[in-house]
Amino acid sequence: MPAAKTFKVIGHRTINAVWRIGMAARFFFLTLMYSGSSFRRFHLTVKELFSTGVMSLIIIIVAGLFVGMVLGLQGYETLKRYGSESALGSMVALSLVRELGPVVAALLFASRAGSAMTAEIGLMKATEQISAMEMMAVNPIARIVAPRFWAGVISMPLLAAMFSAVGVFGGYLVGVVQIGVDEGSFWSQMQAAVDFRDDILNGVMKSFVFGTAVTVIALFEGYDAPPTAEGVSGATTRTVVTSSLVILMLDFVLTAIMFRGN
Amino acid sequence: MERTTLDLWVGIFVVGGIAALVMLAMKVGNLGTYNVSETYQVNAYFSNIGGLKPKASIKSAGVLVGRVTEITLDTERYEAKVVMSLDKRYQFPKDTFANILTSGLLGEQYIGLMPGGDSEMLKNGEQIKKTQSAVVLEDLIGKFIYNKTEEPVK
Repeated sequence: MPAAKTFKVIGHRTINAVWRIGMAARFFFLTLMYSGSSFRRFHLTVKELFSTGVMSLIIIIVAGLFVGMVLGLQGYETLKRYGSESALGSMVALSLVRELGPVVAALLFASRAGSAMTAEIGLMKATEQISAMEMMAVNPIARIVAPRFWAGVISMPLLAAMFSAVGVFGGYLVGVVQIGVDEGSFWSQMQAAVDFRDDILNGVMKSFVFGTAVTVIALFEGYDAPPTAEGVSGATTRTVVTSSLVILMLDFVLTAIMFRGN
Repeated sequence: MERTTLDLWVGIFVVGGIAALVMLAMKVGNLGTYNVSETYQVNAYFSNIGGLKPKASIKSAGVLVGRVTEITLDTERYEAKVVMSLDKRYQFPKDTFANILTSGLLGEQYIGLMPGGDSEMLKNGEQIKKTQSAVVLEDLIGKFIYNKTEEPVK
């Protein structure tokens, strides 16, 4: 019976997906529960802050600069038609602070730091380092997972803020220095349009949520990876794909909540 | 890597991130330009506010002197009640005139204050009596067309 087989496949897939989501949620709560030691022994978290935050600095800064410069060019071309080139500053700043800063920085973070986290933990599992820790009565979640989680959560808003700041500078370089938009109206229109609480703090909150989502996905995929070379590579791919999709979907939900056009 | 170098780099990273946030708040946002601490409240009634929104600027002689804090409809008069908070440094006479103006042809709307000659000054919670509503572009076009059709055909 082909119909019964189709239903079986659908049922199996659904059960699998729900099971994995439940496992990920349980994993997230366990991480939160055992994260005391990542603050008591803060050097563990500092070490992970180095490999996730500091090592992502270059890609974030270079990408931010170029995104800002492209925004400056494209924005100028469009605004010129309506004779409102002076609004370039507010356009560049608003699109960076509200959307592009948190989202693009999170996408870069997922592919730069998230994939590395998954591969590292997956390989630890494949080489039975995690089992060895359990044998020594060391909780692997407290020792390995929680410091990485908090490093990701702390570094993501900082990276997004740097992305936006460098992007605004890139827009300034192209708009004011190269094209010659008036410098005074560039900054004053920007300051008139960008609100600290509504725009900047909401952007920081977005990047905080994205940082949490990306690190949980990356750590869970690594912890859950089949302990083979193939399994680790598959888990790394899944981390990048899933976290990118989750970032974009969460961004829509958060934007709908934060900016309801009032 | 040695622990001290690690600490150094992470310190630089965290300070850089916080500096970027502060720079966004002060240079890009409006935190550095407008101080909310020293203000007083004044309200005014308008028969039509057009596209005026909360947080719109209030200017006098082109200088930013405050922000609109609240817009509500007063159901006793069926007029819009606009609450403005003005900077304490700027005092205005009692017979100040409040206009709703537009910056540029299609720009944002703001309130312009034209000081009168009264020797008494507006105090906290008082009302500006003389107001002029926003110019609605559709009404203007309507009037223009109406006047044109009134003209005798030559």
